Amino acid sequence: MITVKPEVQVPEKKLTQKNNKPSVYKTNQLNLWYGNNHALKNIDLDVKENEVTAIIGPSGCGKSTYIKTLNRMTETIPSVKTSGEIMYRGRNIFSKDYQVEELRTKVGMVFQKPNPFPKSIYDNIAYGPRIHGIKNKKILDQIVEKSLRGAAIWDEVKDRLNENAYGLSGGQQQRICIARCLAIEPDVILMDEPTSALDPISTLKVEELVQELKKEYSIIIVTHNMQQAARISDKTAFFLNGEVIEYDATDKIFSNPADKRTEDYISGRFG
Amino acid sequence: MSVREKYELELQSLNNKIVELGTFAQKALDKSLIALENQNVNESIAIMDEDIKANRLEEEINDQAILLIAKQQPVATDLRRVIAAIKIAADLERIADFAVNIAKSTIRIGNDPFVKSIESIRDMHEGTSKMIGLVIEAFIEEDVIKAKKIAELDDEIDALYGQTIQELLSISSQKPEKLAQITQLSFICRYLERAADHVTNISENIFYLVKGTRYDLNK
Repeated sequence: MITVKPEVQVPEKKLTQKNNKPSVYKTNQLNLWYGNNHALKNIDLDVKENEVTAIIGPSGCGKSTYIKTLNRMTETIPSVKTSGEIMYRGRNIFSKDYQVEELRTKVGMVFQKPNPFPKSIYDNIAYGPRIHGIKNKKILDQIVEKSLRGAAIWDEVKDRLNENAYGLSGGQQQRICIARCLAIEPDVILMDEPTSALDPISTLKVEELVQELKKEYSIIIVTHNMQQAARISDKTAFFLNGEVIEYDATDKIFSNPADKRTEDYISGRFG
Repeated sequence: MSVREKYELELQSLNNKIVELGTFAQKALDKSLIALENQNVNESIAIMDEDIKANRLEEEINDQAILLIAKQQPVATDLRRVIAAIKIAADLERIADFAVNIAKSTIRIGNDPFVKSIESIRDMHEGTSKMIGLVIEAFIEEDVIKAKKIAELDDEIDALYGQTIQELLSISSQKPEKLAQITQLSFICRYLERAADHVTNISENIFYLVKGTRYDLNK
């Protein structure tokens, strides 16, 4: 007396939302080879202004290569060949008349291991502005304070600005490096696993800082820590074997990814 | 071997407990109807006593789900699986409670002869029990097509409920002295109809688990 009707048709709703923010970086069909090793394959990525874009993927997937290419750090390696284009604010960074110095005043970078200069805290921050010709002590003082405040480390170091930066803890050194990066007032900050050498509390401080910084800067962060990507980023790109497998809102990637490989990676089933 | 073997085992164990609770709830409902048909008070008391097992299973599922979230940080389908387990367990526990409610009504009716054949109540029970069995299968197989069919079966239960209540109402005007029993029989119909609605909720959670989006199957 109870019958089962055969068909099932339920429309699927899309979670992904439109985003009209301007693009900072637009990567079109980027390929990169280290000799014969095809390290990046047909990368298309659109990085938006004032967002945190996380790049995740297992070791050797090309994520560090990609972020280094964004400020042309790979071109000094003799065996590297590239094709395609990376548009930064509408200009191809590979074009002949694009000066790498010009690019790098706009695009700062923070590395995996804190790498302060063997100088005082003050001189670490003032280094970039001095190179750009700022000599006035008062202006430099202002830049140093603003940058250290921006990197959420001013209160910890304000009474010891003339001490060597090496005397600080790893987490503090990393924030000094971020402050050094802010001192040249960049547009974009690239972060290559910025917390992988830090303890959990320092990690959370840097994560908090990233949330603050995105109000004024656009941030691209490579991370091995998937939960970190989930916590701090707006968009996530999943790289695998030199390809972008999935690029979408972080909420979507971590709740309902479209690709099985993404799901397997973020749920810790490989990599 | 999987990279996260312990994690996989914990997720599997959570699923197994849901199946255990589902099977328990279905059996409890089946027993409650047999007890009604036989007007068996002792059997009804036994159903009430056994219900503690459903409550315990639900608590175990919740505790295990909380530990999984705290210790393993599930994401995507895994996370939906854990959240769905918590919600499905609540629905299944409620279905087991309806079996207890039917048992209580059976006790209240006692050995007073039925005012009408309870065949339509038996039909309602049969449909509801079938839905529970199907929903357990759909959960194990993560089969949304099966889950959708369950929601359609619910419409038939609703129709049977409407008819049976109408019938009981007309009897109540003819035999007002039997109002106590008629009320209890109406309650039993209501419990079965509600149990079927909870099965539909479970179907929705299976959709959410598999597809990651919500669907209203109660239209």
